[in-house]
Amino acid sequence: MKCQQCDKPAVFHITELEAAEVRELHLCEDHARVYLNQSEAAGGPPEPKPKGGGLTAPLGVGQTADELAALDQKACDMCGITFFEFRNQGRLGCPHDYVHFEKELEPLIANIHGATQHTGRRPSRPTAPGEPLPEGTESLTAVIGMRTGMQEAIECEDYERAKELRDRIRDTEQHWLERPTE
Amino acid sequence: MTSTPPHMDPSAQMNLDTLTTTVGEWLRGTGPESDIVMSSRVRLARNLAQYPFVSRASEQDRAEIEKFLRERIALVPAGKELHSIDVGHLEEVDRQFLVERQLISRELAEAQGARSVAIDGREQVSLMINEEDHLRIQCMHSGLDLQGVWNQIRVVDDQIEQAVPYAFHPRWGYLTACPTNVGTGIRVSVMLHLPALVITRQIDKVFRSLHKISLAVRGLYGEGSQAMGDFYQISNQTTLGKTEEELLEQVGDVVPVLIDYERRAREFLVRETQQNVHDQVSRAYGILRTAQTITAEETMQLLSRVRMGVLLGLIGGVDISAINVLLVRTQPAHLQKLRGLELDTKDRNIERARYLRQHFDGNGPKAAAN
Ligand SMILES: [Zn+2]
Ligand SMILES: [Zn+2]
Repeated sequence: MKCQQCDKPAVFHITELEAAEVRELHLCEDHARVYLNQSEAAGGPPEPKPKGGGLTAPLGVGQTADELAALDQKACDMCGITFFEFRNQGRLGCPHDYVHFEKELEPLIANIHGATQHTGRRPSRPTAPGEPLPEGTESLTAVIGMRTGMQEAIECEDYERAKELRDRIRDTEQHWLERPTE
Repeated sequence: MTSTPPHMDPSAQMNLDTLTTTVGEWLRGTGPESDIVMSSRVRLARNLAQYPFVSRASEQDRAEIEKFLRERIALVPAGKELHSIDVGHLEEVDRQFLVERQLISRELAEAQGARSVAIDGREQVSLMINEEDHLRIQCMHSGLDLQGVWNQIRVVDDQIEQAVPYAFHPRWGYLTACPTNVGTGIRVSVMLHLPALVITRQIDKVFRSLHKISLAVRGLYGEGSQAMGDFYQISNQTTLGKTEEELLEQVGDVVPVLIDYERRAREFLVRETQQNVHDQVSRAYGILRTAQTITAEETMQLLSRVRMGVLLGLIGGVDISAINVLLVRTQPAHLQKLRGLELDTKDRNIERARYLRQHFDGNGPKAAAN
């Protein structure tokens, strides 16, 4: 039996009781882990996602294989995650993915929540003039890219570069922590 | 299990051992509608703006995130009342203990790398660091008190927000590792004890109608899908496009309806099948008082029936909060912590039966020291 979400063999067979309906899931190891990890706080059993795994449902509809392949290769310029990796793991790589993959995520989020605009609470920290994001967001987002760069520098044994990035990260964080507050 | 590893903060161990002798908030058995509503809970998912999400964070990142959040949170007023426990260095039985107590999720217990939980003395607030998101704030009250929980957790959230940069986007709200939590990042849940709806076979009908209004239903401690001991958690499924108050209402509005159904089912049972239901709860009570070996599953099921019997006045001299306490203390890790020994399944079943007999002998179970 094949996994219901990809072509790998299904090794996990999960029976979910949703209301009175028994739903059987047949998943490969990777997708089973994604599914089981969706389990909510405090030790309850995995929570069935709305409409049978809203995460993958809207993808691929109306897209050619080439378009999908190109989309899958698109990587976040801060954390480096590809859309393919996200689709496999069901977890995003960093906050910037919501900006970088906004177009791709939009139909998916609409499918899960039936909405595409937050209306709840907002951070009380001041917003810079003409800037819808909370103050400091841009430089803090850049820090994620610097961390990725630092990791790469260490792997290439370019310790000078790694040290320079580490200092810049520290300065940016310090700048935020020492920001003036009302 | 009882020794403290050298790398571990000994005060964390002391905290855990203290917990075995107290009752958690949701076991208190107090608060509005506590005959049916066990607890009300709200959790908020939050992430830092300057780090990748946990699943993509390096070991080094995770250690830094844990330290940054723990130290910054300790500076705010709400943080000063919390005790931090280094979950990464706990033994498995201790992690399981915190799961049974609903202070951490199974996911945090089983995760890798630097992670911790900070809890207050009353076990109302728990902050998980490096679960699926950098920070999960949870607040729990006994009985039906969603508004009280919300009032408490929003203050904690506001204070932490002053001390750390939350990842936030004007369109997508609070940014979370999984898009299913994005926006408010809120999960509102109420745990209900619904034995009469189960006995009268109306529970499926009720759940079908809850799914139609996009609420999720899950069992307590269930290994699979079967809810153990007729305890069910109702929670919201969506987190974006509605305000926190609207989502609180979505869950809160349905609870009085469920309470009403359950009460009517209990009345029906007493009115129409008085002898039957009296017989059922008496037998359950009898087994709990005399069994020589018993599984956790059977214990939950029987305690559920006894709990209902007490509330219907069919069993006298037993205290509801004592039943609540037994529900958690007969779970595997609690049993082993109380005994101070590691026990295999067979020995646990014997120990569980012994523990139950001891608590039910004489004048019924003793209320736990608080
Ligand atoms: Zn698969
Ligand atoms: Zn990213």
